[in-house]
Amino acid sequence: MKSLADLEAIRNKTVNKVGLRKENAEETRIVVGTATCGIAAGARPVMQAFVEEIQKRNLSNTFVTQTGCIGVCRLEPIVEVYAPGQEKVTYVKMTPEKAQKVVLDHVVNGKIVEEYTIGKAE
Amino acid sequence: MELVRSHVLVCGGTGCTSSGSKQIIEEFETQLKNFDIDKEVKVIQTGCFGFCAMGPIVIVYPEGSFYSMVQKEDVAEIVEQHLLKGKIVTRLLYKETVEEDNVKSLNEIDFYKKQHRVALRNCGVIDPENIDEYIACDGYKALGKALTEMTPQEVIQEVKDSGLRGRGGGGFPTGVKWDFASKSVNDQKYVLCNADEGDPGAFMDRSVLEGDPHSVIEAMAIAGYAIGANQGYIYVRAEYPIAVHRLQVAIDQAREYGILGKNIFETGFDFDLEIRLGAGAFVCGEETALMTSIEGRRGEPRPRPPFPAVKGLWDKPTILNNVETYANIPVILLNGAKEFAKLGTETSKGTKVFALGGKINNTGLVEVPMGTTLREVVYEIGGGIPNGKQFKAAQTGGPSGGCIPADLIDTPIDYDSLIKIGSMMGSGGLIVMDEDTCMVDIAKFFLEFTVDESCGKCVPCRIGTKRLLELLNKITDGTGTLEDIDEMETLCNTIKSSALCGLGQTAPNPVLSTLKYFRDEYVEHVVDKKCRAGVCKALLSYKIDADKCKGCTLCARQCPVGAISGKVKEAHIIDTTKCIKCGVCESTCKFGAISK
Repeated sequence: MKSLADLEAIRNKTVNKVGLRKENAEETRIVVGTATCGIAAGARPVMQAFVEEIQKRNLSNTFVTQTGCIGVCRLEPIVEVYAPGQEKVTYVKMTPEKAQKVVLDHVVNGKIVEEYTIGKAE
Repeated sequence: MELVRSHVLVCGGTGCTSSGSKQIIEEFETQLKNFDIDKEVKVIQTGCFGFCAMGPIVIVYPEGSFYSMVQKEDVAEIVEQHLLKGKIVTRLLYKETVEEDNVKSLNEIDFYKKQHRVALRNCGVIDPENIDEYIACDGYKALGKALTEMTPQEVIQEVKDSGLRGRGGGGFPTGVKWDFASKSVNDQKYVLCNADEGDPGAFMDRSVLEGDPHSVIEAMAIAGYAIGANQGYIYVRAEYPIAVHRLQVAIDQAREYGILGKNIFETGFDFDLEIRLGAGAFVCGEETALMTSIEGRRGEPRPRPPFPAVKGLWDKPTILNNVETYANIPVILLNGAKEFAKLGTETSKGTKVFALGGKINNTGLVEVPMGTTLREVVYEIGGGIPNGKQFKAAQTGGPSGGCIPADLIDTPIDYDSLIKIGSMMGSGGLIVMDEDTCMVDIAKFFLEFTVDESCGKCVPCRIGTKRLLELLNKITDGTGTLEDIDEMETLCNTIKSSALCGLGQTAPNPVLSTLKYFRDEYVEHVVDKKCRAGVCKALLSYKIDADKCKGCTLCARQCPVGAISGKVKEAHIIDTTKCIKCGVCESTCKFGAISK
């Protein structure tokens, strides 16, 4: 490396990784329920799909975290998305394919995927 | 592709390393493999989080869960419950973060709430052995800005405007120092970093070097550009093996990236750094002695002027700054002098890092804005005095500083307020003392240190401190006179005004300041032959309260010199001529019958 542009490139490449450790109001949090019920229903592949998709699109300020049982075990895997300035959105019966769509539509383009939400499922 | 969703930060500072954080990291790696999540969870060794009393510390992100006093046996539980199943292990969280089942964020804990991290901004956040993480936190951006957008004079002006003063203790305006050196005309100049942190109880610089070594490297390169130097040396104690190692790793990485070396950022500016190890002599923290030591000679100071900015290392113009001072520089250039100067007081800008130690609950490293009161640091951040004891005094500045008594606890901590009350900022050691501390003994402790560390070059320091210590010994032995106290005062002032370097000139400070605020204790030792804190052994005598003694014989059996006698079920007595005042009897008595 020699130039400032190279420095900036390294910064951009690493900034998301370190951003994980900073508390920030602007961040989007994707919370996957990974209690026994969630794991049994396939929460791990769903979570991995989210992580992969975020990585692939190099999204900043977007993190995947886990939580325990959300309480509606029959609708697992359940995923909650907290985007800045938005109410929490709860997606149910998630799959890795649905996860990709949620990232693209909701996280990237800000359009909630109504058909997967808990409101539609009930 | 790397699929990292969670970071486990384990403190790798000296404090946590000595309480086993290395084994914890290894255990995490093993357990993560066990549960087959080692690809998605990354374990990172960071620098000091500052909360050493609660170490080893582990923080799990993105949740920000703050696990304290983690043992190797706990790791499997954290991995299985938290990292695999997403259930935070409440049992291991720092207790203050858990409140009615709500987990509070790190910044809401009393210990961190009032802190403001500038110099320590990256400590405990980044992996110090990974230059990319430093760059991700805007690292080397300030150097880039200086080299491409600013003239050397503009850099100096910015540092001047920020009001930054030397954090090593002297408090000399950094920008002014740089200005002197930049105006000295010479073909070769040097930039030095003083990392010879020697005060008992101080570990701020070590933590910066261990947690964020690149910030010091970046600042030294900036300083080199500002004054026109292309070579720097970091003088660091060999007793800081972790700091030395990380510094070397950081220098190697910076060279590999071309941030050190020739033609940095294609601007034609050359700068390189080398580490010089100090053997641990306290006097080598004095600037002229430090330079003599780098030159390969015996570390002894020389008279000033000429000041280093004119004639320093190998007689070339040199600037020497402390580690913490450097750690502030990139922030100043990046955010501007104005932003930096928003924190602090009129004459002391920015923040100061303190190593909090002694009789205090939250031992550790804290960074507060200048002007924060001692009360806030001791009671709000430090969590107060253990075992419900009374705050008696705090020592700032180590063996060069002085004490602040309880009635001055609301003094704002800044350079000038501390000088006014007879203490000094010092490099940042802050030792808290409670009612069980004898002030004469404390003065003696610090003086023993300076007597030991005096290089012997000048008479006032070599012989004066020795005579001073003898007088102090007389007082703690109970053979002192009131004239001795006056004599001590005269001697202190003589040493202060005639010693060659800072070590000697400040050596009498602990004596002078304890005399100023606790003279009655000195008089008590001399006249009443009494040490109210029960520390000075020669003035103690243990006695047994016949009413409380049950005659259990336990103390008699424990006494190492057979000084206690008495029959079973009858009150015992201590033969004070035999007693060596070890205190074993007092601590073994189950009835509280033995006292000093």
